Amino acid sequence: MSGTMRDAKIESTKFRSLKELSDHIAQSKRKRREDKRPVITVSSGTCGQARGSLKVVEAFKKALKETGLEEKVILRVTGCHGFCQAEPNVIIYPEGIFYQKLEPRHARLILEQTIKEGKIIPELLYKDPVTGKKAATEKSIGFYKKQKRLVSGDNTRVNPVEIDDYFSIGGYCSLLKVLKLKDPEKVIDEIKRSGLRGRGGAGFPTGKKWEATRISPGNPRYVICNADEGDPGAYMDRSLLEGNPHRIIEGMMIGAYAIGASEGYVYVRDEYPMAVANVTKAIEDLYRRGLLGKNIMGTGFEFDLRVAKGAGAFVCGEETALIASIEGRVGEPRQRPPFPAQKGLWGKPTCINNVETWANIPLIIRKGSQWYSAIGTKGSKGTKIFSLVGKINNTGLVEVPMGITLREIIYDIGGGIPGSKEFKAVQTGGPSGGCLPKKHLDLPIDYESLTEAGSIMGSGGMIVMDENTCMVDVAKYFMNFLRDESCGKCVSCREGTQRLYEIVKNITEGKGKESDLELLEEVAVTCKDASLCGLGQTAANPVLSTLRYFRHEYEAHILDRRCPAGVCKSLIRYVVVAEKCVGCLSCKNACPTGAIKGTLHDIHLIDQDKCIKCGSCLEACRFEAIEAQREEAIRII
Amino acid sequence: MIVEQEKLQLIIDKHENSRKNLIAILQDVQTEYRYLPEEAIRFVSTALGVPLVDVVGVATFYRSFSLTPRGEHTVKVCLGTACHVRGGPKILEEVQRLLDIKPGGTTSDKKFTLETVACLGCCAIGPVVVVDGDYHAQMSVRKVSTVLKRYQK
Repeated sequence: MSGTMRDAKIESTKFRSLKELSDHIAQSKRKRREDKRPVITVSSGTCGQARGSLKVVEAFKKALKETGLEEKVILRVTGCHGFCQAEPNVIIYPEGIFYQKLEPRHARLILEQTIKEGKIIPELLYKDPVTGKKAATEKSIGFYKKQKRLVSGDNTRVNPVEIDDYFSIGGYCSLLKVLKLKDPEKVIDEIKRSGLRGRGGAGFPTGKKWEATRISPGNPRYVICNADEGDPGAYMDRSLLEGNPHRIIEGMMIGAYAIGASEGYVYVRDEYPMAVANVTKAIEDLYRRGLLGKNIMGTGFEFDLRVAKGAGAFVCGEETALIASIEGRVGEPRQRPPFPAQKGLWGKPTCINNVETWANIPLIIRKGSQWYSAIGTKGSKGTKIFSLVGKINNTGLVEVPMGITLREIIYDIGGGIPGSKEFKAVQTGGPSGGCLPKKHLDLPIDYESLTEAGSIMGSGGMIVMDENTCMVDVAKYFMNFLRDESCGKCVSCREGTQRLYEIVKNITEGKGKESDLELLEEVAVTCKDASLCGLGQTAANPVLSTLRYFRHEYEAHILDRRCPAGVCKSLIRYVVVAEKCVGCLSCKNACPTGAIKGTLHDIHLIDQDKCIKCGSCLEACRFEAIEAQREEAIRII
Repeated sequence: MIVEQEKLQLIIDKHENSRKNLIAILQDVQTEYRYLPEEAIRFVSTALGVPLVDVVGVATFYRSFSLTPRGEHTVKVCLGTACHVRGGPKILEEVQRLLDIKPGGTTSDKKFTLETVACLGCCAIGPVVVVDGDYHAQMSVRKVSTVLKRYQK
């Protein structure tokens, strides 16, 4: 909604009073409402761009010119629409028509058929993997139907680098409300009553954290947005920060006002370049418009906001390590108490909340705590964004009310497991979480239920695993990650994660001993009890939860030297099943080392000396003629 | 590596000559030289008045810093959970095999540096390999050589 001369004039002005901001928001909203032109929104987050969304945008720009529709259509480049599987995709409003997996050549087609003639193009629609039915609109797609996109939904409505887009959907209204109210304690009360809990993992009540920071003596106070999203397999924070940075900043400003903080930091992972760029642009715009800095809009409220880039250390997601990192030091956690609320950044009271938590704040202020707390379960209110990834048909970010079951997420929203494979487990909570088996599919998800089942909510990663996933291998994967990321301060964590990794690695290589399982449990408990921070305290969870639910897989590796899922390389070898092989050369062509011999229509053969067990042949074969066979391992005791 | 002190001073000035911005300063130095040359680390230490051991401590603690010269192209293989279950480790092995280096290493012709990353947050398109900021989606063992060839020139 920008680009005209009038807009340019508005943009250059600084808001000097609350009324000016209020008028501007009202005007932006009205303008948006009255603009009846169709809007084409192109999902263009990191995943979208990796799939070529920018080329699609360019094609649209060109086609708009060629068809003379430039003034008649709004082209909006937005952050991620959440449906990563369908990238690059567009949603066309007002109808909400959803076209997926677009190529540049489709741009002109869409303009000519859908925009000009109002026709739906069937071949660009999403097809349900289960029913085979095509869905024309966003709302009719199974992936979106059961979601409640209260926090992430605005991603489809704004261009993240256009502050006026955010105003036009009522952005900064909640800040306005708070600044007009002039009662910081009431704001904290409202957040407390909403029941909002930290979305970063631990689930600490947000309002309480704010209050603790407010009542701690010390000046200045700080607010920090923790965007060091380190859990592998979780990317909702990236998507929010990339797609709607103003919403997070608005949340932070409300928090800062309530707490009495005058400075803030957004601590972002260095691995998220677009998030860094978009949040930096948002902050620049806010300074330009007089919404950051000293005496904001003449209210006396002062707030400075900066971006701090992480440098690749998972442990910096822990709040005391994060603070050390902002201070320019090695990111090692320290003992708590004192908590950051008492002694945080530079020894001053500091409130650290996660991206998603901050993004919830404007919503709670706008709609009220009563409305908010009606969503969810007794102890967990509101919605949670999960990243649904792994062996799942509809990969993407899903926002659902707390209390929904795993089954609904995986089957109704996620569309089930690809290739009619069997569901085995879902890993939640990142490296500190655990794997939940089939019997927990009907578990209503909230902070407590997941903890009871031996996992955690964590930041919301949800990695689906099928029968072809080896659970011992998964445990090995997480232990390898954690031993690498342990900062090394506590012996129990530094050595514990290393030993756990070694034991599990031996098991996957067929060198496991029966006594290993007991040893794993013993080391796990020590690591948990004797480590300082969350990383060490939960580091053993991947091992413990897989042992709890998939002990038989460990036993198969140890006792029978067999990997039931056919993943652990030392325990398998690939062979051609002569009866099924048609000699089509697919596997031979796929093999990167030339280990497969055979000519067309002749049964192929795998040279075991050359084979690197990469599994390319298995993937390439359409006749199930490649088999992962048990390797006759020699017992090493 | 010739390190120009004026350039370094500019970076340090940009960050208010402040110790608290040490990480940001080192990040900018690394952007300039693609690694942290020893002379640069010494210069930063003196200029900020921070003991050398602390600067080196920071430079070695954080994964994104490198103390050895890097190749012209940086190949990052994602080993996040989603990429892992979709075959990320196999992709890494293939890259290692083709370039004949281990993660963290640089090829002898200084063309490629290989790195692994724990998650790039684009799990839907995994396994992912990023070369110089270009994302290569849904990689397969076979596609690795095609992708690398594009940068070999």
